[in-house]
Amino acid sequence: MPDKKLQAMVQTIDLTKRFGKFTAVNNLNLSINKGEIFGFLGANGAGKTTAIRMLCGLLKPTSGKAIVADCDIMTESECLKQRIGYMSQRFALYEDLTVRENVLFYSGIYQVKQEQALATAETMLTEMGIDLKDKALTKSLPLGYKQRLALTCSLLHNPQLLFLDEPTSGVDPQARRAFWNVINKLADAGKTVIVTTHFMDEAEYCHRVLVMQNGETIALGRPGELKTQNKVDNMQQLFLKLVS
Amino acid sequence: MQDIILVQNLNHTYGEKPALKDFSLSVATGELHGLIGPDSAGKTTLMRILCGLLPIQTGEGEVLGLNLKTDYKAIRAQLGYMPQRFSLYQDLSVQENLMFFARLFSVPASERDKRMPELYAFSRLDAFKTRKAGALSGGMKQKLALSCALIHRPELLILDEPTYGVDPVSRQEFWQMLKSIQKEGTSILVSTPYMEEAELCDKVSLMLNGNLMASDTPSDIISKWDKSVYRLSADNLKEMENKLCSFEGIDSCQLFGHELHLVMDKTTAEDTVKALQSKFVHTGFTLEKVKPGMEDIYLSYMQSSAIEEQFDA
Repeated sequence: MPDKKLQAMVQTIDLTKRFGKFTAVNNLNLSINKGEIFGFLGANGAGKTTAIRMLCGLLKPTSGKAIVADCDIMTESECLKQRIGYMSQRFALYEDLTVRENVLFYSGIYQVKQEQALATAETMLTEMGIDLKDKALTKSLPLGYKQRLALTCSLLHNPQLLFLDEPTSGVDPQARRAFWNVINKLADAGKTVIVTTHFMDEAEYCHRVLVMQNGETIALGRPGELKTQNKVDNMQQLFLKLVS
Repeated sequence: MQDIILVQNLNHTYGEKPALKDFSLSVATGELHGLIGPDSAGKTTLMRILCGLLPIQTGEGEVLGLNLKTDYKAIRAQLGYMPQRFSLYQDLSVQENLMFFARLFSVPASERDKRMPELYAFSRLDAFKTRKAGALSGGMKQKLALSCALIHRPELLILDEPTYGVDPVSRQEFWQMLKSIQKEGTSILVSTPYMEEAELCDKVSLMLNGNLMASDTPSDIISKWDKSVYRLSADNLKEMENKLCSFEGIDSCQLFGHELHLVMDKTTAEDTVKALQSKFVHTGFTLEKVKPGMEDIYLSYMQSSAIEEQFDA
């Protein structure tokens, strides 16, 4: 038997989350490989964000197990924090701080030396056309800039695994493509990326996708595989067929 | 009233930063009008001016036949506006939020009771009627916010990126609902980053850097475009992208999911395709001419504006 621990970046067994009587995620069994771009798809309220928040150690599961980046999410949340990056829906940036102040704030959270964080951020932000010395407050930045800044902040500690929760919502077609170039580069550099999206053309860019409905897994596989199985031409059709 | 929105030569700046430059636009009464453009194109500024939430700095404007400078209070009372980041009452349930907004907009109880089931049908929130808004998922909050904006039927609805974070099935149902609201006589101005949604509008305006680049019906925008689009599918798409995109005669290459769209001049497209096919005869790809979509045209506009900026600099 090959040692699975070496290959899998995420491994879950019957991972379940209930809020009162409501089951948000039911028996999720999932194995995500190192270097994979893995997509979570599903209707609003299907359980995507809940699943991701459990995998990030932000939400305690009701039952089940998960090993993420070789850390047990139930008991090793500090270990987890060092190894993963998380970019939440609507980007958790501090609107009343400048770009530089946000970077410094996140360097504190992730316990990265300030000079090192600023150097990393400068390289990444300049590439994306953002000036670290800009005195403007984050709230005045256009959405696409906020998105890039949030991504930068989640990468300051050079995590192996990156969670992106709807990173491209509200972003225009050109900026979405630019963002996916960055995601591809990260995966090429060996990082594992877990992403949720409502743009079905982006689902095509994932190596594998999981489709959730009412907390259950209703499909899991490579986009090409799923399209053939369901006799559809693209992921938009697949989604409409599976979910409506 | 022929035009429900008519603005002329609007200029708007934030400090020294221009948001609208000599901007003019008209939207006919009864129209479903889409606004597209990248970040900082000026879409939200325009919408806020039209709602009377930002004063006109220079220029003229009429909304609902009323003057924006003098009658903005009357305008505000007559239109419906859903801002980009709508604030719901987090401590009220789904149903309470809907009832609250119905009262706020003075919707008669009989109409409200008729509309609520329609809104639930699109939002699929009926199973969550009693859940507090604060405990909904991100996308569900957005759908509730939308439902609250649609509980009244003003003469003019202004919606700023209403489908932000909304899933594909709900987006489809939302647009069906917008169309039926339009049929009942409401004019709609809506911004969106989804180009397939733009194609569902009667007219689309493309904004860029505070300027109006085009304003026309989607079919006219598409037919007037001087480019042809070919769809390429291949197993090794990335490799093909590197090889083909620098090929002579190809203006741009854009990834569309699992396909590549090659954009070329209408006049030389056939020759370019022939040359391509003879050069890469053994590479194993299929190339097919397709009808351009708004996304092709949008990306092409963005690309040429980026090139112009380089020249300006």
